[in-house]
Amino acid sequence: MAHKYKAIVMGCSAGGLSLMKELLPALPSDFTLPIIIVQHISANSDNIWVHLLNTMSRLHIKEINEKDLIQPGNVYVAPPNYHVLVENDETFSLSVDEKVNYARPSIDVLFESASHVYKDQLIGIVFTGSNHDGAAGLRKIKEGGGLTIVQEPSTAEYSSMPLAAIAATKTDHILPLEKIIPLLINLSNPIHP
Amino acid sequence: MPSLPIVNSESSDIEINLLLEAIYQKYGYDFRQYSEAHIRRRLTNRLMLSGLSSISEIQHNVLHDPVFASQLLQDLSITVTEMFRDPPFYKYIRENVIPILKTYSFIKIWHAGCSTGEEVYSMAILLKEEGLYERSTIYATDFNEFALDKAREGIYAAEIMKEYTSNYQQAGGKKSFSDYFIADYDMAIMDQSLKKRVVWANHNLVTDSVFAEMNMILCRNVLIYFNRDLQNRVQKLFFDSLTNGGILALGSKESLRFSTLEDHYQELDKKYRVFKKKY
Repeated sequence: MAHKYKAIVMGCSAGGLSLMKELLPALPSDFTLPIIIVQHISANSDNIWVHLLNTMSRLHIKEINEKDLIQPGNVYVAPPNYHVLVENDETFSLSVDEKVNYARPSIDVLFESASHVYKDQLIGIVFTGSNHDGAAGLRKIKEGGGLTIVQEPSTAEYSSMPLAAIAATKTDHILPLEKIIPLLINLSNPIHP
Repeated sequence: MPSLPIVNSESSDIEINLLLEAIYQKYGYDFRQYSEAHIRRRLTNRLMLSGLSSISEIQHNVLHDPVFASQLLQDLSITVTEMFRDPPFYKYIRENVIPILKTYSFIKIWHAGCSTGEEVYSMAILLKEEGLYERSTIYATDFNEFALDKAREGIYAAEIMKEYTSNYQQAGGKKSFSDYFIADYDMAIMDQSLKKRVVWANHNLVTDSVFAEMNMILCRNVLIYFNRDLQNRVQKLFFDSLTNGGILALGSKESLRFSTLEDHYQELDKKYRVFKKKY
Protein backbone atom coordinates (compact mmCIF):
# COMPACT_ATOMS: atom_id res chain seq x y z
CA MET A 1 0.00 0.00 0.00
CA ALA A 2 1.28 3.43 -0.85
CA HIS A 3 0.14 7.00 -0.87
CA LYS A 4 0.42 9.26 -3.82
CA TYR A 5 0.39 12.23 -1.48
CA LYS A 6 2.36 12.92 1.69
CA ALA A 7 0.88 16.14 3.06
CA ILE A 8 -1.82 18.77 2.68
CA VAL A 9 -1.20 22.49 3.16
CA MET A 10 -4.12 24.85 3.66
CA GLY A 11 -4.40 28.62 3.79
CA CYS A 12 -7.30 30.70 5.00
CA SER A 13 -7.84 34.22 6.20
CA ALA A 14 -11.08 36.08 6.94
CA GLY A 15 -13.84 33.53 7.41
CA GLY A 16 -11.35 30.75 8.04
CA LEU A 17 -12.20 29.94 11.63
CA SER A 18 -15.81 28.99 10.95
CA LEU A 19 -14.70 27.06 7.87
CA MET A 20 -12.20 25.05 9.91
CA LYS A 21 -14.92 24.30 12.43
CA GLU A 22 -16.83 22.62 9.64
CA LEU A 23 -13.91 20.96 7.88
CA LEU A 24 -11.76 19.43 10.60
CA PRO A 25 -14.46 17.64 12.66
CA ALA A 26 -15.69 16.09 9.39
CA LEU A 27 -12.45 14.20 8.83
CA PRO A 28 -12.36 10.58 10.03
CA SER A 29 -9.93 9.25 12.63
CA ASP A 30 -8.13 7.16 9.97
CA PHE A 31 -7.39 10.23 7.86
CA THR A 32 -3.69 9.66 7.35
CA LEU A 33 -2.32 12.70 5.54
CA PRO A 34 -0.81 15.34 7.82
CA ILE A 35 -2.52 18.72 7.40
CA ILE A 36 -0.65 21.99 7.84
CA ILE A 37 -2.72 25.15 8.22
CA VAL A 38 -1.92 28.83 8.04
CA GLN A 39 -4.86 30.88 9.34
CA HIS A 40 -4.27 34.63 9.40
CA ILE A 41 -4.80 35.76 12.97
CA SER A 42 -3.90 38.65 15.27
CA ALA A 43 -0.28 38.62 16.46
CA ASN A 44 -1.48 38.65 20.06
CA SER A 45 -3.99 35.82 19.71
CA ASP A 46 -3.57 32.89 22.08
CA ASN A 47 -4.82 30.55 19.34
CA ILE A 48 -7.45 29.18 21.70
CA TRP A 49 -9.46 28.01 18.67
CA VAL A 50 -6.86 25.32 18.11
CA HIS A 51 -7.66 23.75 21.48
CA LEU A 52 -11.39 24.11 20.94
CA LEU A 53 -11.21 22.44 17.54
CA ASN A 54 -9.07 19.67 18.97
CA THR A 55 -11.85 18.74 21.36
CA MET A 56 -14.35 18.74 18.47
CA SER A 57 -12.27 16.66 16.09
CA ARG A 58 -11.13 13.05 15.80
CA LEU A 59 -7.71 14.14 14.57
CA HIS A 60 -4.99 15.55 16.78
CA ILE A 61 -4.92 19.31 16.20
CA LYS A 62 -1.99 21.26 17.61
CA GLU A 63 -0.12 24.52 17.34
CA ILE A 64 3.27 24.09 15.71
CA ASN A 65 6.45 24.08 17.75
CA GLU A 66 9.74 24.56 15.98
CA LYS A 67 11.43 21.27 14.97
CA ASP A 68 8.19 19.27 15.32
CA LEU A 69 8.31 16.23 13.04
CA ILE A 70 5.45 16.15 10.53
CA GLN A 71 3.54 12.94 11.13
CA PRO A 72 0.38 11.31 9.75
CA GLY A 73 -2.87 11.81 11.63
CA ASN A 74 -1.97 15.27 12.85
CA VAL A 75 -3.26 18.71 12.01
CA TYR A 76 -0.65 21.43 12.51
CA VAL A 77 -1.59 25.08 12.91
CA ALA A 78 0.81 28.01 12.52
CA PRO A 79 1.41 30.00 15.73
CA PRO A 80 0.38 33.68 15.67
CA ASN A 81 3.14 36.09 14.56
CA TYR A 82 5.46 33.39 13.16
CA HIS A 83 6.00 32.16 9.61
CA VAL A 84 6.07 28.38 9.23
CA LEU A 85 8.53 26.64 6.90
CA VAL A 86 8.97 22.96 6.11
CA GLU A 87 12.51 21.55 6.16
CA ASN A 88 13.90 18.77 3.96
CA ASP A 89 13.84 16.39 6.94
CA GLU A 90 10.07 17.01 7.28
CA THR A 91 10.33 19.09 10.43
CA PHE A 92 9.04 22.61 10.95
CA SER A 93 11.01 25.82 11.25
CA LEU A 94 9.52 29.05 12.52
CA SER A 95 10.63 32.53 11.57
CA VAL A 96 9.89 36.11 12.57
CA ASP A 97 11.00 37.50 9.21
CA GLU A 98 9.17 40.49 7.81
CA LYS A 99 5.53 40.03 6.93
CA VAL A 100 4.69 38.66 3.48
CA ASN A 101 1.47 39.97 1.90
CA TYR A 102 0.97 41.92 5.15
CA ALA A 103 0.73 38.62 6.97
CA ARG A 104 2.77 36.64 9.49
CA PRO A 105 2.16 33.73 9.29
CA SER A 106 1.98 33.91 5.51
CA ILE A 107 0.38 31.22 3.37
CA ASP A 108 2.90 31.75 0.56
CA VAL A 109 5.85 31.12 2.91
CA LEU A 110 4.37 27.78 4.02
CA PHE A 111 3.29 26.70 0.53
CA GLU A 112 6.60 27.53 -1.15
CA SER A 113 8.76 25.72 1.40
CA ALA A 114 6.40 22.71 1.54
CA SER A 115 6.42 22.48 -2.25
CA HIS A 116 10.20 22.33 -2.28
CA VAL A 117 10.11 19.34 0.06
CA TYR A 118 7.03 17.39 -1.10
CA LYS A 119 6.92 18.36 -4.80
CA ASP A 120 4.26 16.26 -6.58
CA GLN A 121 3.27 14.61 -3.31
CA LEU A 122 1.72 17.79 -1.95
CA ILE A 123 -1.88 18.97 -1.97
CA GLY A 124 -2.43 22.73 -1.58
CA ILE A 125 -5.77 24.37 -0.80
CA VAL A 126 -6.70 28.05 -0.71
CA PHE A 127 -9.87 28.90 1.21
CA THR A 128 -11.80 32.05 2.12
CA GLY A 129 -9.97 35.33 2.65
CA SER A 130 -9.93 38.97 1.67
CA ASN A 131 -6.41 39.40 0.31
CA HIS A 132 -4.18 37.53 -2.15
CA ASP A 133 -1.87 35.54 0.13
CA GLY A 134 -1.52 31.94 -1.06
CA ALA A 135 -1.77 32.71 -4.78
CA ALA A 136 1.98 32.66 -5.43
CA GLY A 137 2.39 29.64 -3.17
CA LEU A 138 -0.31 27.67 -4.96
CA ARG A 139 1.36 28.43 -8.29
CA LYS A 140 4.61 27.04 -6.86
CA ILE A 141 2.80 23.86 -5.79
CA LYS A 142 1.36 23.48 -9.29
CA GLU A 143 4.80 24.01 -10.86
CA GLY A 144 6.18 21.33 -8.55
CA GLY A 145 3.57 18.86 -9.81
CA GLY A 146 1.36 19.00 -6.72
CA LEU A 147 -2.43 19.01 -6.62
CA THR A 148 -4.11 22.42 -6.34
CA ILE A 149 -7.56 23.00 -4.91
CA VAL A 150 -9.40 26.29 -4.37
CA GLN A 151 -12.68 26.89 -2.59
CA GLU A 152 -15.25 27.95 -5.17
CA PRO A 153 -15.25 31.75 -4.74
CA SER A 154 -19.04 32.14 -4.81
CA THR A 155 -19.31 29.74 -1.86
CA ALA A 156 -16.50 31.33 0.17
CA GLU A 157 -17.35 33.80 2.90
CA TYR A 158 -14.69 36.11 1.40
CA SER A 159 -13.88 35.51 -2.24
CA SER A 160 -10.75 37.63 -2.95
CA MET A 161 -8.24 35.03 -1.85
CA PRO A 162 -9.79 32.16 -3.85
CA LEU A 163 -10.13 34.46 -6.88
CA ALA A 164 -6.48 35.55 -6.65
CA ALA A 165 -5.35 31.92 -6.39
CA ILE A 166 -7.42 30.88 -9.42
CA ALA A 167 -6.02 33.81 -11.42
CA ALA A 168 -2.43 32.91 -10.49
CA THR A 169 -2.33 29.31 -11.65
CA LYS A 170 -4.13 26.43 -13.25
CA THR A 171 -6.25 25.00 -10.46
CA ASP A 172 -7.06 21.29 -10.50
CA HIS A 173 -10.27 21.55 -8.49
CA ILE A 174 -12.50 24.53 -7.78
CA LEU A 175 -15.12 23.24 -5.34
CA PRO A 176 -17.38 24.24 -2.47
CA LEU A 177 -16.27 23.03 0.97
CA GLU A 178 -18.84 20.20 1.10
CA LYS A 179 -17.22 18.68 -1.99
CA ILE A 180 -13.65 19.32 -0.88
CA ILE A 181 -14.21 17.20 2.25
CA PRO A 182 -15.04 13.90 0.42
CA LEU A 183 -12.29 14.63 -2.12
CA LEU A 184 -9.72 14.89 0.64
CA ILE A 185 -10.97 11.73 2.33
CA ASN A 186 -10.68 9.93 -0.98
CA LEU A 187 -7.16 11.26 -1.64
CA SER A 188 -6.10 10.25 1.85
CA ASN A 189 -6.94 6.58 1.23
CA PRO A 190 -3.90 4.43 0.47
CA ILE A 191 -3.49 3.32 -3.12
CA HIS A 192 -3.84 -0.46 -3.46
CA PRO A 193 -1.27 -1.81 -5.92
CA MET B 1 26.62 8.83 -23.54
CA PRO B 2 24.83 7.01 -20.69
CA SER B 3 23.05 9.24 -18.20
CA LEU B 4 24.46 9.44 -14.69
CA PRO B 5 22.52 8.03 -11.76
CA ILE B 6 21.11 10.84 -9.61
CA VAL B 7 21.86 10.61 -5.90
CA ASN B 8 20.25 13.87 -4.86
CA SER B 9 17.74 15.25 -7.31
CA GLU B 10 17.75 18.77 -5.90
CA SER B 11 20.54 20.70 -7.55
CA SER B 12 19.56 23.86 -5.70
CA ASP B 13 20.15 22.14 -2.33
CA ILE B 14 23.66 21.23 -3.45
CA GLU B 15 24.27 24.75 -4.73
CA ILE B 16 23.11 26.23 -1.43
CA ASN B 17 25.46 23.97 0.54
CA LEU B 18 28.37 24.96 -1.68
CA LEU B 19 27.51 28.65 -1.38
CA LEU B 20 27.40 28.50 2.42
CA GLU B 21 30.72 26.67 2.42
CA ALA B 22 32.20 29.36 0.14
CA ILE B 23 30.95 32.17 2.40
CA TYR B 24 32.43 30.42 5.42
CA GLN B 25 35.81 29.77 3.82
CA LYS B 26 36.13 33.23 2.34
CA TYR B 27 34.59 35.47 5.02
CA GLY B 28 34.36 33.32 8.16
CA TYR B 29 30.60 33.74 8.55
CA ASP B 30 29.07 30.37 9.22
CA PHE B 31 25.49 29.81 8.07
CA ARG B 32 25.96 26.10 7.49
CA GLN B 33 23.87 25.13 10.49
CA TYR B 34 21.04 27.56 9.89
CA SER B 35 17.56 26.38 8.94
CA GLU B 36 17.80 25.33 5.29
CA ALA B 37 14.28 26.46 4.44
CA HIS B 38 15.01 29.92 5.84
CA ILE B 39 18.28 30.24 3.92
CA ARG B 40 16.62 29.01 0.73
CA ARG B 41 13.88 31.60 1.08
CA ARG B 42 16.35 34.44 1.58
CA LEU B 43 18.51 33.31 -1.34
CA THR B 44 15.49 32.93 -3.62
CA ASN B 45 14.52 36.53 -2.83
CA ARG B 46 18.06 37.73 -3.58
CA LEU B 47 18.07 35.74 -6.80
CA MET B 48 14.90 37.47 -7.99
CA LEU B 49 16.15 40.95 -7.04
CA SER B 50 19.59 40.48 -8.56
CA GLY B 51 18.51 39.13 -11.92
CA LEU B 52 21.00 36.27 -11.59
CA SER B 53 19.90 32.90 -12.86
CA SER B 54 21.17 30.44 -10.26
CA ILE B 55 22.58 30.02 -6.78
CA SER B 56 25.90 29.10 -8.41
CA GLU B 57 26.00 32.55 -9.97
CA ILE B 58 25.40 34.04 -6.54
CA GLN B 59 28.38 32.02 -5.35
CA HIS B 60 30.56 33.39 -8.13
CA ASN B 61 29.57 36.96 -7.24
CA VAL B 62 30.06 36.39 -3.52
CA LEU B 63 33.62 35.25 -4.10
CA HIS B 64 34.57 38.04 -6.50
CA ASP B 65 32.45 41.05 -5.54
CA PRO B 66 32.85 42.29 -1.94
CA VAL B 67 29.89 44.68 -2.25
CA PHE B 68 27.62 41.87 -3.38
CA ALA B 69 29.00 39.67 -0.59
CA SER B 70 28.21 42.23 2.05
CA GLN B 71 24.67 42.61 0.66
CA LEU B 72 24.19 38.87 0.86
CA LEU B 73 25.39 38.78 4.47
CA GLN B 74 22.64 41.26 5.29
CA ASP B 75 20.12 39.03 3.51
CA LEU B 76 21.16 36.03 5.56
CA SER B 77 21.27 37.66 8.96
CA ILE B 78 18.21 38.12 11.12
CA THR B 79 17.37 41.77 11.55
CA VAL B 80 13.67 41.82 12.37
CA THR B 81 13.12 43.36 15.79
CA GLU B 82 11.12 46.05 17.57
CA MET B 83 11.02 47.96 20.84
CA PHE B 84 9.28 46.13 23.66
CA ARG B 85 8.59 43.26 21.30
CA ASP B 86 5.90 41.08 22.95
CA PRO B 87 4.90 43.73 25.51
CA PRO B 88 3.55 41.17 28.02
CA PHE B 89 7.04 39.64 28.13
CA TYR B 90 8.52 42.95 29.27
CA LYS B 91 5.73 43.36 31.78
CA TYR B 92 6.58 39.93 33.12
CA ILE B 93 10.28 40.86 33.37
CA ARG B 94 9.40 44.09 35.16
CA GLU B 95 7.21 42.37 37.70
CA ASN B 96 9.04 39.10 38.23
CA VAL B 97 12.68 39.32 37.17
CA ILE B 98 13.53 42.87 38.24
CA PRO B 99 12.94 41.94 41.92
CA ILE B 100 15.57 39.19 41.51
CA LEU B 101 18.04 41.57 39.83
CA LYS B 102 17.47 44.12 42.61
CA THR B 103 19.19 41.79 45.05
CA TYR B 104 22.50 42.20 43.19
CA SER B 105 24.86 45.08 43.81
CA PHE B 106 26.04 44.99 40.22
CA ILE B 107 24.07 43.57 37.29
CA LYS B 108 25.48 42.16 34.06
CA ILE B 109 23.07 41.55 31.21
CA TRP B 110 23.94 40.00 27.85
CA HIS B 111 21.66 40.76 24.94
CA ALA B 112 22.79 38.15 22.41
CA GLY B 113 21.88 38.76 18.77
CA CYS B 114 20.70 42.31 19.41
CA SER B 115 20.52 43.26 15.71
CA THR B 116 19.68 46.97 15.33
CA GLY B 117 19.31 47.46 19.09
CA GLU B 118 15.61 48.13 19.64
CA GLU B 119 15.32 45.60 22.44
CA VAL B 120 18.51 46.87 24.05
CA TYR B 121 17.05 50.36 24.40
CA SER B 122 13.85 48.77 25.71
CA MET B 123 15.80 47.00 28.44
CA ALA B 124 17.75 50.18 29.25
CA ILE B 125 14.47 52.08 29.68
CA LEU B 126 13.07 49.37 31.89
CA LEU B 127 16.17 49.29 34.10
CA LYS B 128 16.10 53.09 34.36
CA GLU B 129 12.51 53.15 35.50
CA GLU B 130 13.24 50.49 38.08
CA GLY B 131 16.24 52.41 39.42
CA LEU B 132 18.74 49.73 38.39
CA TYR B 133 20.35 51.25 35.33
CA GLU B 134 23.28 52.93 37.09
CA ARG B 135 24.48 49.63 38.53
CA SER B 136 23.90 47.64 35.36
CA THR B 137 25.97 46.90 32.27
CA ILE B 138 24.25 45.64 29.13
CA TYR B 139 26.51 43.76 26.75
CA ALA B 140 24.76 44.04 23.39
CA THR B 141 26.22 41.78 20.74
CA ASP B 142 25.65 40.78 17.15
CA PHE B 143 27.83 39.44 14.34
CA ASN B 144 26.30 41.83 11.84
CA GLU B 145 28.45 44.97 11.92
CA PHE B 146 25.94 47.01 9.91
CA ALA B 147 23.15 46.20 12.34
CA LEU B 148 25.46 46.94 15.25
CA ASP B 149 26.34 50.37 13.82
CA LYS B 150 22.67 51.17 13.55
CA ALA B 151 22.18 50.02 17.12
CA ARG B 152 25.03 52.25 18.34
CA GLU B 153 23.54 55.25 16.55
CA GLY B 154 20.13 54.69 18.10
CA ILE B 155 18.24 56.52 15.37
CA TYR B 156 14.96 55.03 14.22
CA ALA B 157 12.10 56.05 11.94
CA ALA B 158 9.79 58.47 13.75
CA GLU B 159 6.82 56.82 12.10
CA ILE B 160 7.31 53.52 13.87
CA MET B 161 7.58 55.17 17.29
CA LYS B 162 3.79 55.28 17.50
CA GLU B 163 3.71 51.51 17.44
CA TYR B 164 6.52 51.36 19.99
CA THR B 165 4.66 53.79 22.24
CA SER B 166 1.77 51.39 22.37
CA ASN B 167 4.14 48.51 23.10
CA TYR B 168 5.79 50.55 25.86
CA GLN B 169 2.46 51.27 27.52
CA GLN B 170 1.37 47.63 27.32
CA ALA B 171 4.73 46.62 28.78
CA GLY B 172 3.91 48.60 31.93
CA GLY B 173 5.91 51.75 31.10
CA LYS B 174 5.80 54.29 33.91
CA LYS B 175 6.45 57.51 32.06
CA SER B 176 5.73 59.03 28.68
CA PHE B 177 7.60 57.12 25.98
CA SER B 178 8.42 60.37 24.19
CA ASP B 179 10.70 61.25 27.14
CA TYR B 180 13.20 58.73 25.77
CA PHE B 181 13.83 60.16 22.33
CA ILE B 182 14.03 63.42 20.42
CA ALA B 183 11.92 63.59 17.30
CA ASP B 184 13.71 65.28 14.44
CA TYR B 185 11.66 65.42 11.22
CA ASP B 186 11.15 61.78 10.28
CA MET B 187 13.74 60.47 12.73
CA ALA B 188 13.64 59.59 16.39
CA ILE B 189 16.98 59.91 18.16
CA MET B 190 17.23 57.85 21.32
CA ASP B 191 18.24 59.68 24.49
CA GLN B 192 22.03 59.54 24.88
CA SER B 193 21.77 58.58 28.56
CA LEU B 194 20.28 55.24 27.51
CA LYS B 195 23.60 54.29 25.93
CA LYS B 196 25.70 55.07 28.99
CA ARG B 197 25.72 51.57 30.41
CA VAL B 198 25.64 49.68 27.10
CA VAL B 199 28.73 47.95 25.70
CA TRP B 200 28.23 47.19 22.01
CA ALA B 201 30.38 44.33 20.74
CA ASN B 202 30.78 42.09 17.76
CA HIS B 203 30.16 38.50 18.77
CA ASN B 204 29.13 35.53 16.68
CA LEU B 205 27.08 32.88 18.49
CA VAL B 206 28.13 30.28 15.94
CA THR B 207 31.87 30.68 16.22
CA ASP B 208 32.75 32.78 19.29
CA SER B 209 33.02 31.75 22.94
CA VAL B 210 31.52 32.57 26.33
CA PHE B 211 30.71 35.95 27.83
CA ALA B 212 31.41 35.30 31.47
CA GLU B 213 29.45 35.90 34.68
CA MET B 214 26.17 37.18 33.31
CA ASN B 215 23.19 37.67 35.63
CA MET B 216 20.77 37.65 32.73
CA ILE B 217 20.87 36.64 29.07
CA LEU B 218 18.24 37.68 26.54
CA CYS B 219 18.21 35.93 23.19
CA ARG B 220 14.76 35.96 21.66
CA ASN B 221 13.82 34.57 18.27
CA VAL B 222 17.37 33.84 17.21
CA LEU B 223 17.61 30.13 18.03
CA ILE B 224 14.58 29.32 15.84
CA TYR B 225 16.80 29.97 12.82
CA PHE B 226 19.35 27.34 13.90
CA ASN B 227 19.36 23.58 13.46
CA ARG B 228 19.39 21.42 16.56
CA ASP B 229 23.17 20.95 16.75
CA LEU B 230 23.77 24.67 16.62
CA GLN B 231 20.98 25.30 19.12
CA ASN B 232 22.71 22.93 21.52
CA ARG B 233 26.03 24.69 21.03
CA VAL B 234 24.50 28.07 21.78
CA GLN B 235 22.54 26.73 24.77
CA LYS B 236 25.83 25.46 26.20
CA LEU B 237 27.38 28.86 25.57
CA PHE B 238 24.57 30.57 27.48
CA PHE B 239 24.73 28.07 30.31
CA ASP B 240 28.48 28.59 30.71
CA SER B 241 28.04 32.37 30.56
CA LEU B 242 25.39 32.58 33.29
CA THR B 243 26.10 32.86 37.00
CA ASN B 244 24.25 30.42 39.25
CA GLY B 245 20.76 31.79 39.67
CA GLY B 246 21.14 33.73 36.40
CA ILE B 247 18.13 34.31 34.16
CA LEU B 248 17.75 33.09 30.57
CA ALA B 249 15.00 34.67 28.44
CA LEU B 250 14.13 33.05 25.10
CA GLY B 251 11.54 33.75 22.39
CA SER B 252 7.93 32.68 22.88
CA LYS B 253 8.35 29.59 20.67
CA GLU B 254 11.82 28.65 21.88
CA SER B 255 12.54 26.18 24.62
CA LEU B 256 15.11 23.98 26.28
CA ARG B 257 13.10 20.85 25.54
CA PHE B 258 15.73 19.29 23.28
CA SER B 259 18.65 20.56 25.28
CA THR B 260 20.59 18.32 27.64
CA LEU B 261 20.76 21.34 29.93
CA GLU B 262 17.02 21.44 30.58
CA ASP B 263 17.41 19.84 34.03
CA HIS B 264 19.89 22.51 35.06
CA TYR B 265 17.31 25.25 34.79
CA GLN B 266 14.15 26.04 36.69
CA GLU B 267 11.34 27.27 34.45
CA LEU B 268 10.14 30.57 35.89
CA ASP B 269 7.43 31.09 33.32
CA LYS B 270 6.14 28.69 30.69
CA LYS B 271 4.44 31.29 28.52
CA TYR B 272 7.23 33.85 28.42
CA ARG B 273 10.02 31.23 28.31
CA VAL B 274 12.03 32.59 31.19
CA PHE B 275 14.41 30.20 32.96
CA LYS B 276 16.63 30.38 36.00
CA LYS B 277 19.93 28.53 36.19
CA LYS B 278 19.91 26.32 39.27
CA TYR B 279 22.41 26.79 42.08
